[in-house]
Parts: sequence; structure tokens; C-alpha cells
Amino acid sequence: MARIFVYIAHKNGVVDDSAMELFASARKIDSTAHPTALVTGWGASLDSVCDTLRGCCSEVWKIANEGLAYPNAELIRKALVKILPPGSIVLVPHDHFGIDLAPGLSIKLNAAFVSDILDIAESAGGTLTVVRQEFGGQVSTHVRCDVSAGGVITVRPGAFKASSSTPLAGVVVDRSSEAGRLEAGRRWLETVAAEAGEVDITKHNVLVSIGRGIQEKDNIGIAQELADVLGAAVSCSRPVVDAKWLEKSRQVGSSGKTVKPKVYLACGISGAFQHLAGIKGNPFIIAINKNPKAPIFQVADIGIVDDILEFLPEMTNKIREMQSVSAK
Amino acid sequence: MEILVCARRVPDTSENEISLNSTGNDIQRDELVYSVNEPDNYAVEEALQIVARVGGKVTVVTVGGEDDEEILRREMAMGATHGVLISDPAFAGSDGRGIATILKGFMAKGNYDLILTGVQAEDGAAQVGGMLAAMLDYPFASLVNSIEILDGKKLKISREIEGGNREISEIDLPCVLSIQTGINEPRYVGMRGIRAVASVPIATPDAGELGIDPGSVGRVGAKVTRVDYFVPLLGKGAEMLSGSREENIDKVLELMAAKGGLK
Repeated sequence: MARIFVYIAHKNGVVDDSAMELFASARKIDSTAHPTALVTGWGASLDSVCDTLRGCCSEVWKIANEGLAYPNAELIRKALVKILPPGSIVLVPHDHFGIDLAPGLSIKLNAAFVSDILDIAESAGGTLTVVRQEFGGQVSTHVRCDVSAGGVITVRPGAFKASSSTPLAGVVVDRSSEAGRLEAGRRWLETVAAEAGEVDITKHNVLVSIGRGIQEKDNIGIAQELADVLGAAVSCSRPVVDAKWLEKSRQVGSSGKTVKPKVYLACGISGAFQHLAGIKGNPFIIAINKNPKAPIFQVADIGIVDDILEFLPEMTNKIREMQSVSAK
Repeated sequence: MEILVCARRVPDTSENEISLNSTGNDIQRDELVYSVNEPDNYAVEEALQIVARVGGKVTVVTVGGEDDEEILRREMAMGATHGVLISDPAFAGSDGRGIATILKGFMAKGNYDLILTGVQAEDGAAQVGGMLAAMLDYPFASLVNSIEILDGKKLKISREIEGGNREISEIDLPCVLSIQTGINEPRYVGMRGIRAVASVPIATPDAGELGIDPGSVGRVGAKVTRVDYFVPLLGKGAEMLSGSREENIDKVLELMAAKGGLK
């Protein structure tokens, strides 16, 4: 089997959670492999990341370059292409950075490319059979991938369980000089933090969360009324923000807020993984969706196949009745 | 500015329940509603807004067969100047690299300043734009959620990164950008608009015309092949309530009270 490399995401000297998951996926490709960590960056934070990684892999390839202080995918690709041996398998997290880096890297390495994998079903010779999802998670698929001349693979965050292996005393190999001078057609200027909204959905115990099933802006009141009687907040999935029906600060997901409510009412939400990635703390999830195939039903605690435009108002009325009875 | 938008016709997930066919080697396609891949529609709208500001033309291209012409007509009804259907039996079964190779062959016949794709299609691979850029040695940015024209040589763009934060960069032209949904509000297209462009010719170049080696694309050139479809089992699955609506509401309220979700 080819040599396996794991691209390490890190920030402020701290290794990203994705690293241990990528090591786990590497062991699933080849249980005997000693995956090599690829770490790019600059300065003291790079050194501390490399030092941390020595404990969990036998070799850490360090690529220090002032231009890599900010992870610019184009510069990193150019550095990796000069350093990686032919036929390598490279694992990258499937996040905003991996999406930027990996497809182009596969072209430059003349390697097979498969993205957003959830599992490895089989690994034999130069062929990998991986599991992916299509149609927003409604169906899964086995994909066969000829990695005999190398492969670049992006791995879905959270799909592989980070497993602890026996502590190692790995070596840090400095490959910086081979990267040479790096220039890019895209230059990072600044990162702008998300704007705070009127309502902080991260502070609520109960969220009435709406998706595409709300159908139009005028129907948002239906969710708001339910939220009001519950003392909850209205949050949403991406299509609601794309349609400008609610502000971005209400969006739950990897590109929105991470929430930790006690109860999460997923109303007309299909349950794409980017949305689920924003729900933490193992809340009690109640899903209401017209589509019985919606992936949300695979992760919810309670599922109801119904039209939210009818279900939610009736639920609101029922709670109002209960509240007026108990007030008497 | 000459802008090329790469688009694709896909089953519309908001309109369809996706299920498997009897042999499990494909999804049930008979009664699916197809439409333009949603992020591609945002890419076309963005291209139209750019040429409205600085002048130029928008060409929409897709790789496929005669069924795919309808999405080109739709995007032309939005205002795209040209539609191009790249079509050849040799392209069937292409993987992402194959599609990028075909688009590169087409690009060699034109002179485009900016190439836009949607961030991803129904397979969620998010691959063709980045591959095409690398093949052309153009700069690339994914998940783009705003574009500002700085001058004829570069753009200021924003990418959507974690937590709703935005990464701002400067990028040289020509470049390839993959467009995130929500960047704009795509204009409405009615039947009348589609009828108005019904007779506008659509070019249909094939492998020979584009100088593409059939061995480098299609099933023959693919390193990545889908074997089958199956229905995923992520968790243990929800307990499905199958009572009347009133019974279901009562049950939900009872459970919510138990979980601390009722005041």
C-alpha cells in the first residue's frame, strides 16, 4: 500500500479535532500504515503543533514558510506538490479549507480524487471502496476509487471516531527548504467575524428550527408563534437564510451557529450534514417533515411525517389551551 | 468581462423523495422533477449582475445530452447571452476529472476572464471548479459569497468559512470561483421568458470539435466509479409517531415536558 499522509489543520498552535479522525480513517485504509502528518505554517505555533503530533504519529513533516502563516490553499498546494512522493494517498478534512485545496491538489499530483467520504468499505491492492452520500444524505453510495497512482481524499468531519493509539515518540522532519519560493494568484486580506443578530440562538434551551418546508417568508410567523408560547427562539437551516427570510445569525450549521439546546424541533428541515454539524450537546430532537425519506429522521429521537404548516399552528393552539387551563 | 458559468441539470431534492430502483444500482429516476442545480443558478445570477455593472457577456455551459438543454434555456431566459451543450457519447460515465477535462477543452476555444460554478451539485463532491482551475493554472476560490470588481485584473472576494465568518481575499483574473447559495437573489424566470429564447441556437460541440481525447474522459478515463446506491443508516433512527395529528401533538408535548422543554 502507498504511503498515507494526513493534512493537519491547526489554529493558534492547537491541532484541530479533524486530525485524530483522519488518523483513524488512515488506519482503516491500511491497518499497518504509519500515516505521516503534514503540517504547514510559520513560527512558534507551527512548532508547538509539530511537537503535539509527535505523540501520535511516527513522522511529522513540517513545512515552515512565512507565506503559510495563514492557510492559503493555493500556496499550500504548491508546497505539497513539491514535497509529496509519487503515488501518495493524502487525507484532508472536508471543510471550507479542504474544498479549497483538495480537488486542485489531485490534479497536480495526477491522483484519483474522492470527496466527503463517511467510511471505507474495502481497501485492496490499489483500489479503495468508500462510502459517500448524495442528494443531501437521502441516499448513500459505494464509490470505487483507483488509487494505484495516488489518491486525494476528503473526509467528512465527525464520520470517523478519533481513536487513541499507543503514544509514540515520532520525529519531526523539516521539509521547508524543498517547498521553495511560493506565490499565489489569491492573497488573503482579512477575516471578518460573523455579525451578531437580534436573537442569540445559542442561549436558548428550546429551538423551533425551520427549513425549506416553511415554504415562504409569510409563514415564519407560524414558527414564531410556537416559539413564543414555548419561550423558545426560532432558528433555521441554510435555505431560509439563502432566501433572506431570516438573518444569518439564526442559521444552525457548520457555516452558521453551533447550538446546544435541550430540545430541538426540526420543522421542515431535511437534515443535511452541514446543518447537523451545528447541533451539539445531544439534544432531544423532534423532527416534523412531509418527506418520510428526509435524513433528519435518521438522527432525530422522535419523527412525525406531517406538513409543518398545519402541525405547528395546532401545536401552538394546544399549548395555549393548556396554559389557559393552568392559569385558571 | 467574458464570464463562463458551468451548470448542471439535477433531480430537484426539494421536489423529490429519492428512492432506490429495484436493483439498487441507481435511484428511481422515472418520475423525478429535474431542475438546474441550485447553486449554479446563483452563479448565473452573479454573472449577470457583474456584466450589468461592467459590461460583457455570460455564456452558460453544461456537459450532457438533449434533456439538459432545458436548463440552458432557463438560464438564457434569465439573461445569459449564449448556451452551450457539450455532448458526446464518449463523455458518459465521466468522473469529476473527466468533466473538468471536457470543460478545459471547451475553454481553449474561447477567451474567458472569469469562470463560475455552483459550490456543489447533488453528489456533494464540490470538485470540478477546483480541478478545472488547477488544469488551467488559474487561481481558485470555493464557497464564494461576495464578489467586488477591483479593476480589469483582479477581484475582491469573500468566502464563507466556519461559524458564518467571512474570509476576504484578492484574486487575479482570469480565475475560477465556486459560488455559495445566498450570494444574491436569483431573478424569477417565467414561461414567457423561456419561450422568448426557445429558438435561440445552442452550440453542441463534441469531443472531436474540442480536441478531447475520448480515452481521457468517460468511463474509460474514470478513476472513480459509483458502484451502487443504498439507503443509509446513520443512527438508530427516530421513533416514528403514527397517530392522528392530535395524538402526535399530545405525545410531543408530553416528551417535551419530560425533557425540560416546556415552561
